[in-house]
Amino acid sequence: MDVMPRWADVILVPVISIILAFAISGLVILGIGENPWDALTTMVSGALGSTYGWGYTLYYATNFIFTGLCVAVAFHARLFNIGGEGQAALGGLGVALVCLAVPWPHWALALPAAILGGALFGAFWAAIPAWAQAWRGSHIVITTIMFNFIAAALLNYLLVNTLKPQGSMDPATARFTEGAHLPTLAEMLNPIGIPFSGAGPANVSFVIALLACLLVWILIWRTRLGYEIRAYGHSEPAAVYAGISPRRIIMLTMMISGALAGLMAINNVMGEAERLVLNSVEGAGFIGIAVALMGRSHPLGVLLAAILFGFLYQGGAELALFTSIPRELIVVIQALVILFTGALDNMVRMPIEALFLRARDRRAAKASAEPPAGPEAKTEPAAR
Amino acid sequence: MDFATLLQILDSTLRLSAPLILACLAGLFSERAGILDIGLEGKMLVAAFASGAVAYTTGSVWIGLLAAIGASMVLSAIHGVASITFRGNQLISGVALNFLAAGMTVLIAQSWFGQGGRTPSLFGGARFEPVTLPFAEALADVPILGPIYADLLSGHSILVYVALLTVPLTWWVLFRTRFGLRLRAVGENPAAVDTAGVSVVGLRYASVAIAGLLCGIAGSYLSTGLQAGFVKDMTAGRGYIALAALIFAKWRPWYALGACLLFGLLQALALRYQNLDIFGIPLPTQIMDAAPYILTVVILAGFVGKAIPPRAGGQPYVKER
Repeated sequence: MDVMPRWADVILVPVISIILAFAISGLVILGIGENPWDALTTMVSGALGSTYGWGYTLYYATNFIFTGLCVAVAFHARLFNIGGEGQAALGGLGVALVCLAVPWPHWALALPAAILGGALFGAFWAAIPAWAQAWRGSHIVITTIMFNFIAAALLNYLLVNTLKPQGSMDPATARFTEGAHLPTLAEMLNPIGIPFSGAGPANVSFVIALLACLLVWILIWRTRLGYEIRAYGHSEPAAVYAGISPRRIIMLTMMISGALAGLMAINNVMGEAERLVLNSVEGAGFIGIAVALMGRSHPLGVLLAAILFGFLYQGGAELALFTSIPRELIVVIQALVILFTGALDNMVRMPIEALFLRARDRRAAKASAEPPAGPEAKTEPAAR
Repeated sequence: MDFATLLQILDSTLRLSAPLILACLAGLFSERAGILDIGLEGKMLVAAFASGAVAYTTGSVWIGLLAAIGASMVLSAIHGVASITFRGNQLISGVALNFLAAGMTVLIAQSWFGQGGRTPSLFGGARFEPVTLPFAEALADVPILGPIYADLLSGHSILVYVALLTVPLTWWVLFRTRFGLRLRAVGENPAAVDTAGVSVVGLRYASVAIAGLLCGIAGSYLSTGLQAGFVKDMTAGRGYIALAALIFAKWRPWYALGACLLFGLLQALALRYQNLDIFGIPLPTQIMDAAPYILTVVILAGFVGKAIPPRAGGQPYVKER
C-alpha cells in the first residue's frame, strides 16, 4: 500500500501544502494592494532580526508548543481536541490560584507548583468532554467547542465577581508576588555572557516547553501507554481485540492533552502578565490546531511549526505597526495552513502519489523489457 | 414584569433568533446529508461583510443580499471541494473556514474602507426596513391580541419572516419531496443511495450549497437588518450557538425552531438584564451566555433524551471500484 517513500509522505507533501498556503497568502497581500516581499522582509527583520524580536517570537512559540502538543497527543488517538482554548484558560486559573495562594519565596519553588496547578486544571477541563465521549457517546469535537465557551463565561464570572481585588475596576486578579516572577531569557542568558534583549517576554517556560516536547515523544513512541494510544487511533476494533480499553485511552489521552494546554499558562499568565486577565489565551488554543497539523503530530514537527507561528505572530505585530496591513493577516495565513495541511491534504497527496506510481511503473516496465535472466525475473507490473 | 416588558423581551427574542434559525437550518441541510459543518460561523461572517460592503457601495440592500449569498456560497464551495471531492476532514475544513472568514473580512474591510475593519454605517435603502404587517395599526387597540400582533409579530425586517417561513419549507423539502428523502438517505447510508443510481456527490454538493444560501441570508440580516453595518467578528459565536441548537433539536426542523427561539430568548434576557433574579436567586449574565452550551452538552451526554446524529456524518464517501 506504500505508494510513496516515507520522505515524500513526511516532508514533501507538507512542504508543498505550506508553500501553497503561503503563496495564496502572498496573493492576498497583493490583493489588498501591498507588496508581499516588503511584508516578508518587515516580518523577518521584526521577528528574527534582533534579540528583541526573538524575545517575542520565542514567547509566542512557547504558547504554541504547548497547545500544539495538546492537539497532537489527541490526534494520535484520532481524537480532535478543539478545546485547547478553554483548557488553557482553565490552566491560567489554576496557575493564578497557585501563585496567589502562597507568598512564594523563590520561582524555583513556585514553578513546579504552578505547573501542577495549570496541568491539573487543564486536565480537569478536558476530562469532562472525555468522560462524555467515553461513557455517554457524545462527540468530542462538539463538546470541546462548547467547553471553550463555557470556560470563557466561567472565567469572565470569576474575574469580575470573585478574583478581582477589592476596589479595582479591572477584571483581573491581583499581581503575583515577586517570588513568583519567572526569569526571562535575558535574565538567564546575560549572566553567562550572552547578550539578549530584556524587553521580550520569553522566559524559562520555553525550556519547559522543550522538555514537554521530549516527554511527549517518549510518551508516544517509547511507552506502553503511547503504544496503546496509537493502536487505538489506528483501529478501535483492533485495540479492543488486543485488550486495550477505549474508555481508559480516551480519558487518559484527553487528560494529558488538556494538561499540556493548561501548562501554557506558566508562560502567558505567570511568565508574561504576572496576573490573570480576561481572555488571556488570545486564540493560542486554536493556533495549536494549525501547529499540530503542520507538524504532523510529531513533537519535533510541532516545535518547528510553533516557532514558525511565533515568527508569524511577532512579524504580524510588526506589520501592523509599520505598514497598513492589519494583524488579521496572520489569521488568514493560519486558516490557509489549516486548510491546506489539514483538509485539502489529499489535493496535494493524490497527484504526488500518481507521479510516484508512474515512476514505479516505468521502472517496472524497463525491468521487464530487458531479457529475462530466469523465470523468477518476471516482474509484476505495479498493481495497487 | 408587566405585559409591555414581556412583549419587548419576546420582540427582541424574535429579532435575535432569526439568524440562529437560518444558520441552524443551514447546518441541518448539510449534516442531514452527512457533511458536518462547523463553518456556519465563518459563512455568516463573510456574508455579513459582503452584504454590508456591497449594500453601502451600491445603496441597495437587495444587491447586498445577493453578494452575501455569493460570498457564503464561495466558502461552501471550498468546504465541498475539501470534504466531498478530496475527502478531507470536514471538521478541520470547517475550523479553517472560520479563521479564513475572521481574517479576510477584516483585511478586506480595512483596505476597502479604511475604518479599522468595519464598513461605514448603512442607512436608507442600504438597510432592511421594518415591515408592517397588514392591519397592524388597525388592530393595535384590541386588548392582549392587538399588541401581540402589532408590536411583537409586526415591524420586523423581512428577513425575520423569511427565517420563520424557512422552517416549514425545510420540513416540506426534507420530509415531503423526493430530493429530501434522498438527501436524508445520503446522510445515513450513502452506499444505498449510490446503488440506487443517485449521485452521492451531487446530493452532497446540493446540500452544502443550500447551507451556503441560508448562511448568506443569515449573515446579511446581521449587518443590514439587526445592525446598520458590518463590524469585526460581528457574528459573535452565533454560528456555534446555531450548531448547539441543531444538536439540541436533534437534527429536526421544528425542534430547531424551538431551540433557536429558546437560545434567542436567553440572548434577549442577557442583553436586557445584567443580573436577573429568578425567585430570589441572582443569575449572573455569564450563566445566560453559557446556557446554550451547557444545555447542549447535557443533551449530548444523553441525560435528556439521546441526540443521535445522521449515521454517515463526517465520513467521506468512497465509491467502490
